[in-house]
Formats: sequence, C-alpha cells, structure tokens
Amino acid sequence: MKLNRRAFIGTGAAAAAALSAPHVRAASHGKPRVVVIGGGAGGATAARYIAKDSKGEIDVTLIEPTRMYYTCFFSNLYIGGFRELSSIGHSYGKLASDYGINVVHDWATGVDRDAKTVTLAGGAVLPYDRLILSPGIDFVDGAVPGWDVTAQNKMPHAYKAGSQSELLKAQLEAMPEGGTFAMIAPPNPYRCPPGPYERVSMVAHLLKAKNPTAKILIVDPKPKFSKQGLFEDGWNRHYGGMIERIGPDFGGDKVSVDPDAMTVTIDGAVEKVDVCNVIPAMKAGRICEIAGINEGNWAPVSGHTMQSRVDENIHVLGDATNQGDMPKSGFSANSQAKVAAMAVRGALTGSKVFPAKFSNTCWSLIDTDDGVKVGATYEATDEKIAKVDGFISQVGEDAELRQRTYEESVGWYAGITSDMFG
Amino acid sequence: MYGKFWGAAALGLALASAGWAEEQAELIGDVNAGAEVFEYCMGCHEVGQGAENGIGPHLNGIFGRTAGTIEGFKYSKGLIREGRLGMTWQLENLDAYLENPKALVSDTRMSFDGLEEPKERADVLAYLRQFSDNPQNIPEAAPTARKHEVELPPEILAIVGDPEYGEYLSTECTTCHQTDGEYDGIPAIIAWAEDDFVVAMHAYKRKIRPHPVMQMMAGRLSDEEIAALAAYFGGLE
Repeated sequence: MKLNRRAFIGTGAAAAAALSAPHVRAASHGKPRVVVIGGGAGGATAARYIAKDSKGEIDVTLIEPTRMYYTCFFSNLYIGGFRELSSIGHSYGKLASDYGINVVHDWATGVDRDAKTVTLAGGAVLPYDRLILSPGIDFVDGAVPGWDVTAQNKMPHAYKAGSQSELLKAQLEAMPEGGTFAMIAPPNPYRCPPGPYERVSMVAHLLKAKNPTAKILIVDPKPKFSKQGLFEDGWNRHYGGMIERIGPDFGGDKVSVDPDAMTVTIDGAVEKVDVCNVIPAMKAGRICEIAGINEGNWAPVSGHTMQSRVDENIHVLGDATNQGDMPKSGFSANSQAKVAAMAVRGALTGSKVFPAKFSNTCWSLIDTDDGVKVGATYEATDEKIAKVDGFISQVGEDAELRQRTYEESVGWYAGITSDMFG
Repeated sequence: MYGKFWGAAALGLALASAGWAEEQAELIGDVNAGAEVFEYCMGCHEVGQGAENGIGPHLNGIFGRTAGTIEGFKYSKGLIREGRLGMTWQLENLDAYLENPKALVSDTRMSFDGLEEPKERADVLAYLRQFSDNPQNIPEAAPTARKHEVELPPEILAIVGDPEYGEYLSTECTTCHQTDGEYDGIPAIIAWAEDDFVVAMHAYKRKIRPHPVMQMMAGRLSDEEIAALAAYFGGLE
C-alpha cells in the first residue's frame, strides 16, 4: 500500500485523478476518511495534525492543485528583496512520506453534501466522513470596475503568491525612472489586514534603492487600516514624501481602472500609472460557494470546532470563514486548524477533546530591520471566536527592539512552515 | 519628594545614614559570607576595581545594567535577546538567574548549575551589590527589598502535568517554536527540566519577563496548563 501511495503521488495530475478514487476507497476500508481541500496554512496543518495524532487510524487525503505552494506571508519580503522566491516555496513531499497523507494535486470541483463526496476536476469522486475546506480567498467579480482576473497580467493582484508575485516584482523593477506605482487597496474584510501596507513598505524599499524619484499612490476605500500609526510613522522615517494615500474622504472608494490604457480613475479624475497592483474585494474560495455553505461572501463556523454552521460534517478554516474576531491570516488559519483537527479526531475516533483556544500574531516589515507586530489571543463562545487579550508594537520603539521583532518574524516563518509541512 | 514614593519609614532610612547604599546591601544578605560564595564565580567573573572581562563579563555595575551589554564581551544569543527585550539586571532576576541560569535564559552560555540555597544567593548578591550604584541606590528606582523572580508556592511546583493535555496546548506554541529544537530567531523550548519551564512561564504570566507575546500567551494559562505544557515539552528530545 505504501508503495502504491508513493507511486501515486509521483504521477501527473491527470493520472493521479484517474487513480485516486479506487485507491482511496481501497486504502480506507473500515477507516474513517477525512478529505481536506486546500494545502495552505489551514489545510496543510489540519491534514498533518490529523494524520500525526490519529497514528494511522484516520485516512487523510489532501487536495491541492499546486505542487509547489508559495506562502502569501513573506511574499511581500520577496518583493522588497529580503527573500528569494524559492525560500517561500514548499512541496508536499513530507506530508506524504512522513505522515502517510494522500496528497492529490487536482482541483476540487464539486461537493455532494448528502452523499458526502468530493468530485475532482480529473473526474475522481472521493467519499468522506469529515470534509475540511481551507480554500483561502477568491476575488469578488466587478469589485474594481474595469478589472477582472483576465487583466491580472497587466495589473497583478499578487494576493496569491507565486507567479503573480514574480510578475509584480518584475514590473516594479522595469518601471520608468520617476514613474508611479498605484495600489488599489481592498475593502474589509480581506486576507492579511496589514498585507497591503507592508507591501507598500516593501515596494518603497525597492524603489528607494533603484528608482528614488518614483511615487507610490495608495487608493483606499477604508478610512483606516491595520497598524496605521506604525506604518505611517515608518513611511515618514524611511520614505519621506514617496507615499501618498487617498482615502474615502478624497474618493478612494470610487475607483475604476483601465488595464489597457494603464489608468486609474479616482472619483472621475484620471491618473496615468506605470505599475498598478489591484487588490479587489474578497470572498471565500469558490469551493465554499459550490458546497453551499456560505452566507454572503463567507462561510460561517462555530468557534468550538470550526464546523460549518450549515453542515456539521464540514469544517472550514482560515480566510474563507466568518468566525468572529480573528483576522484572516496564515497564523489564524494554522491556529484554527489545530482546533478543527482535535474536533475531527474526537468525532471520528473518540479521542479527547479540549476547549478551543486560538491565537494570532502578524509581523510586518517596514524597512530593513524595522519590524512591527500585532497579536491577540481568542476563545470560542457560542456566538463567535472572541478576542481575549492583545498587544501591538509602539511608535518610538528603539532600533534594537525593531530588529529583534524582525528576527522573531523570521523565526516564526521557519516555525509555522515546519508546523504546516512537517 | 521621596515621601511621594516611599513611606515615612523608608524616608527616615534614606536620610538616616551616609552609608545608605551599604545598609541596603545588608538588607539583601551578608556581604562577608557573599564574598566567600563568590569564590564559585571567580573562575569566570571578576568584580571590583580594575575588573575585566574573562570567560564571563565583569560584574561591576551589574545591578541596573541591561542584560548582554558590556562592550567587547561576546554574549550568548540568549542574553543579547533578553537585553533587547528590555531585561535589566535587578535583584529579582539575578536571584532567579543564580538559582538556575537556564531557567531564566534558556540559551545562556553560563555553564553553572545554580545556587540552590537561597541564603547563598542572597549573600553573594549582597556582595556584588557593593560594586553597583545606580539605580538601586535611588529610592524611586526598583525596590531593593529581597524578592524572588517568581515566588511559586510548592503546591504549584508539585502539580503533575497531563502530557496529553500539554500536547494539545503545545499546538499554540509550535506555530513559532520548532519541535525539533531548531533556533531561527525564536528559542527552542524542548527538553527543559519541568520546574524550569514552570518557573519561566509563571515569570511571563506575572510580566516579570518582558516579551509581550509570551506575556499574552502565558497570561491565560492556568497553573495546571503550565504544568501540562512543562510535562509535554520536557519529554520531547
């Protein structure tokens, strides 16, 4: 069986899909089956913890279209030149070889909640006892007039890491001297609240070195944003005069783009730009909609177990959820995955279940050795995941503490990625 | 002005004697006995006029000094980290450090098993205290009255942790701390003696150790949960 599984993982996606249905049925004879859709901070962590802690009692299949997963967290550091892209890429080899997880590289295209099966693009049908959905985000159609995903090569979102990050960085490096970089920031709620502003910091860092007369324009529908005081203080100290932000009071919420003409229109005024990063409004990854577990754009869940409020056989993790007070972040998804893994094991094998606890910390880099962080702890109430306690970096901290905070974020990256991928 | 911060008795004491610093030192322990205890330390540390760095840094002015900051001495990552986080040497944390260096700073290079006897620690600190002035001589500064880093009642140290519960709770720690013991900017926490782990977590919980994330994480752990984590991590290799 082990040999089969390895051979199975090594094959191409189409062959894998064709083989997967009979294989999974045979392998899981008599064992409870868990299917996890999405191999990011939520899904990879949940798959690993269920496989690890059930010690072979639960058959775990992880569905993830990409063979090399690029973490969204730290992708801004790649844009700023602080990381190589390869350093934020992770494969699923260990999850398969060390934890016995069936890793299937394919798209999930259907969920039959009555039959409790998942259909893959390759045609395979996988039965489950519990389904875990951790699909991340998709973009809301028409959120920024003039932009849709077919325009993502002209105006990249770079909000799913990998080729989009590479494209944005290449465009920035090729920007004419004294040119303008525009970012269309997203409305709440969205993945990684400080993310757009850390990105602006990293773009500024890159341009300051290569193109110091360039300008950065943030068009923002939100009146305020995460770690605003810390970012604005940092921008003043490091990039004085380079960054301008147009909030909703000056039409930041009335924006459209023309990717062919490379223009941004703000409340009727047309601006020519050289590079444009469009981060549209977000919604749960499409499989949640297909499964019919969304209310509005997101999937509501119980904080006690991360079970969908619509279907108790489905757990939803991370950015796709509407859970309460936690921000949409990789750290949050990883934290929620552990609660879900414990609940799933408890339900399927009778293992002990302890009260849910959650935490999150988001580090952001403003410039070399100038790191800041915000974090909180959370608990489950019947209504939601509720904040218990929190902290945030302070304006005016000394350089050593900021450097230490950055170094800590590097340590966290190593920690969470080994927690996800083994 | 002193009276604003201190009771009348303290004010009286402060004004009573030109040798006030000495009297404060006396309150910590027996200076003469401490000079003898210091013989344990002399292989690595010098103190007093003309003291220089050796295997360990010189200890002049240790009270009130930020950890890991003597110019020209190559400190462990652990002490540099604590210093950056704002740890200054005071009676409480020096006492804890001397009791068990690795319980306070897990990755210190000071290879010293610790002074188990509270009186020996008090005495040697009283001795060292003579070679430090500010800020401990100033009434507004941290009090010089003898105090443990964390005074844990024996019943807390006696709690037998449930490693299975600890394993679940540990999932909150392993987002940052790697279970294979790798250090990439965040310290390893596996294979600690359980008591050391318990003391360290209570020191965060009471905000004696400075790190804000750890204060927050430890702040909501019960005594039983700290014991459970200590039992689980203590068993990892």
